[in-house]
Amino acid sequence: MSKDHDHDHHSHAIPSDPALRVQALETVLVEKGLVDPGALDVFVDYYQNEVGPRNGARVVARAWSDPDYRAWLFDDASAAITDMGYAGRQGEDMVALENTAQVHNMVVCTLCSCYPWPVLGLPPVWYKSAPYRSRAVIEPRAVLAEFGLELPDDTEVRVWDSTAELRYLVVPMRPVGSDGWSAEQLADLITRDSMIGTGLARDPGAPQESSQT
Amino acid sequence: MSPPDRPADGAFPEDPDAPPFAEPWEAQAFALTLQLYEAGHFTWREWADTLAAVLKEADAQNPSDDGRDYYRHWLTALERLSAAKQMADPGDVAARKQAWKTAYESTPHGGPVSLK
Repeated sequence: MSKDHDHDHHSHAIPSDPALRVQALETVLVEKGLVDPGALDVFVDYYQNEVGPRNGARVVARAWSDPDYRAWLFDDASAAITDMGYAGRQGEDMVALENTAQVHNMVVCTLCSCYPWPVLGLPPVWYKSAPYRSRAVIEPRAVLAEFGLELPDDTEVRVWDSTAELRYLVVPMRPVGSDGWSAEQLADLITRDSMIGTGLARDPGAPQESSQT
Repeated sequence: MSPPDRPADGAFPEDPDAPPFAEPWEAQAFALTLQLYEAGHFTWREWADTLAAVLKEADAQNPSDDGRDYYRHWLTALERLSAAKQMADPGDVAARKQAWKTAYESTPHGGPVSLK
């Protein structure tokens, strides 16, 4: 492959190589009738704007507030999550993992980037990085420390490797000081990272940066 | 400058409000994949296996890949699966890529770019 560049400053800026590749692929797929170009934006809009960690936060907040729902979530996460209206690709077979003082769960996909889209949206960049995918299993405590999370020595760390068939939602521990909070208030404490297991729920006493309503 | 207990490249923690796609072509590659999958042209298992194979090659070349090239690998996987499933011949795709490049080069600034 040549890497020479044309320096014709009077014409259009040439898109980047991957941009040209995807445009070319789309052209061929559209010509063969395999893809409807008008429908592509629907997918992008949905994953950019409709789904995100707020969905997962509502699931966890309900589990914190409602013992029956909590039991259901740990028994059949797919059904309990679907009950909240969150379903779809990469959410078909869900398992909820309970974080306690004794056990801290964290989730990785060592092979690719399997991630529970309906409850967490699309994964953050670091989740897809080679170091996270390789090191989370080998040295989870060192990785957690880089997220600023230092766990007690007697807390067991369990690492769960997602697959194309099975995906995990971590239910973080409910923080002290949140008694009597509504589910919506509780959801503000539940960060994306706390549901991957690379963070904890927010401290209710700490000032809120979130402007979510 | 940076604390010694943090990776120099700041690989892990990031802005939780960062958009899922850094550039429009990333969203385009993502949407093409989902539409083909929804239409039943491949299973999710086939997709995950293809992507995992590409990532394994990429990791071998760059073990410190910080995830920012993720959709470039995704696109490579989509090209590969499209070829394997005879949805898009690599030669056709390469020809179209050159045609688009020529179209961009030959269209005056501000004009609409299209294939001849």
